[in-house]
Amino acid sequence: MSVSADSTEPLVRVDDVHTYYGKSHILHGVSLTVQPGEVVGLLGRNGVGKSTTLKTIMGLVNPSHGTVLLDGNAITGLPPHRLARLGIGYVPEDRRIFRLLTVMENLRTGLDRGGVNEDRRRALLEKVFTYFPVLAERRSQAGGTLSGGEQQMLAIARAMMLEPKIILLDEPTEGLMPRMVSQIRRIIEVLHNDGVAILLVEQNVPLTLEASQRVYVMEKGSVRHHCAASEIDVHHPVIKQYLGL
Amino acid sequence: MGAIANFLHAIPLELIIIQTINGVVTGMILALIASGLTLIFGIMDVVNFAHGELFMLGAYVGVVIVAVTGSFWLGLIASALIVGIFGAALQIVTLRPLIGRDPLNTILATFGISLVLQNYALWQFGPVSRKIPDPMSSSFTLFYLQYPWYRIVIALLSAAIIGGFYLFLKYSKFGVWIRATAQDRVMAQAMGIPVPLVYTGVFAIGSAMAAASGVLFAPTTGVDHSMGLDWVLKAFIVVVVGGMGNLGGSILAAIFISLLESYAAIWLDPSQAVIVSFVALILTLLFRPTGLFVATPK
Repeated sequence: MSVSADSTEPLVRVDDVHTYYGKSHILHGVSLTVQPGEVVGLLGRNGVGKSTTLKTIMGLVNPSHGTVLLDGNAITGLPPHRLARLGIGYVPEDRRIFRLLTVMENLRTGLDRGGVNEDRRRALLEKVFTYFPVLAERRSQAGGTLSGGEQQMLAIARAMMLEPKIILLDEPTEGLMPRMVSQIRRIIEVLHNDGVAILLVEQNVPLTLEASQRVYVMEKGSVRHHCAASEIDVHHPVIKQYLGL
Repeated sequence: MGAIANFLHAIPLELIIIQTINGVVTGMILALIASGLTLIFGIMDVVNFAHGELFMLGAYVGVVIVAVTGSFWLGLIASALIVGIFGAALQIVTLRPLIGRDPLNTILATFGISLVLQNYALWQFGPVSRKIPDPMSSSFTLFYLQYPWYRIVIALLSAAIIGGFYLFLKYSKFGVWIRATAQDRVMAQAMGIPVPLVYTGVFAIGSAMAAASGVLFAPTTGVDHSMGLDWVLKAFIVVVVGGMGNLGGSILAAIFISLLESYAAIWLDPSQAVIVSFVALILTLLFRPTGLFVATPK
């Protein structure tokens, strides 16, 4: 066990992962862990490999070296749809909702899987419609007609349909109005209270430090700093050095 | 203007009505073939040059089953099922390994499949055209013609199959998977949708629809190893005119193109009437390259 003080097996362990896009070397040996139910922030400037780290965990890009473990089992090389069924939810940076599908059909993409009976379905839908009443109102509207903030809510709600153990959340507040940002902040809290782990990539440093238990700071494709979120604030030298705030 | 009005008046109304019915009947068969083709393109980015051969294979399977069992309707259903399963196997063996490769690879692969299937049919069944007997021999009087009821049944059945398929796409779990995959295959995978299975399923459905149209069409002419060529060419025109991958557009385009050819046949020899389709194709490519029935180009 490396940095984490917990003795439990981490939910997700990324171990010395190297990832390439064609010939460009994006990740230079990234290692991190997320404990069950923990919110972990991933900070860094644009282009340091935060999103690529999430994509590597989700199996959307294959690392050339290193392993990703879920519950102690290697998942490197498994197709993304298997990983989704194993309990990884993914909310990408550009949201990527299915624009021509209705809100309800977007949710169905995560809901229509084996082992979800009628009661469970109803409970899951009721849950997201309680958190995001606007989605209930617009359930038969095409996803592409929603506003940016509503699309972000739909992207998160859609991932929740998978009942994931962890959600990989890529810049959920990017381009949103302050009111929407605080709503996203609240939903992170709710997910955390439900015991869902979150790996949060954000440019909004105060929000990340507030929402997370631990943070990793990345630069040039590797993790440069790692600490409890309570140990630092926006004025900490580490933040200045790696994020230039 | 007067000259044009006189010219149009010179065409007997009966002829226009007859040609409209003919156009809609061929249009529905064409729509059935083209919807499979456009679906396979829209979802898998595969231009399936073997689609006409799946149509031909469907007709031959129909010939065999009708000969053995004597039931046309059993032949129709069994042929769709058998060719559907064959299509799934074909996709797994030949196209699945090519996912992520240059589109040229899949074009060559499907072209190869079409040659193999054609020559297999020639070797197995010989060059003489086979016939599926008309499942219903009754006809009705349409002006000076005895119009076979069966041709009307073809149009209705094709419409029913397409309608059923639309409902399947709209409401079933697999239908939602297909539409999600068509829009964003990466995100579909991240939502747990088994995209390779969706690909195979789509190819199987497209094959089954081609086979069904082959059996439906067979009684009106004959069945031979090259019967797919004409149809696949027209289906490609329809798919382009309707907007590549656009199901609704393809169905409209199929009826539109068939009506055009039907009307052109009033003046031209039917074999020359095909020219009209090509003119429509060229005009579409020049002025509405995203398809004739697409509201706004994206």
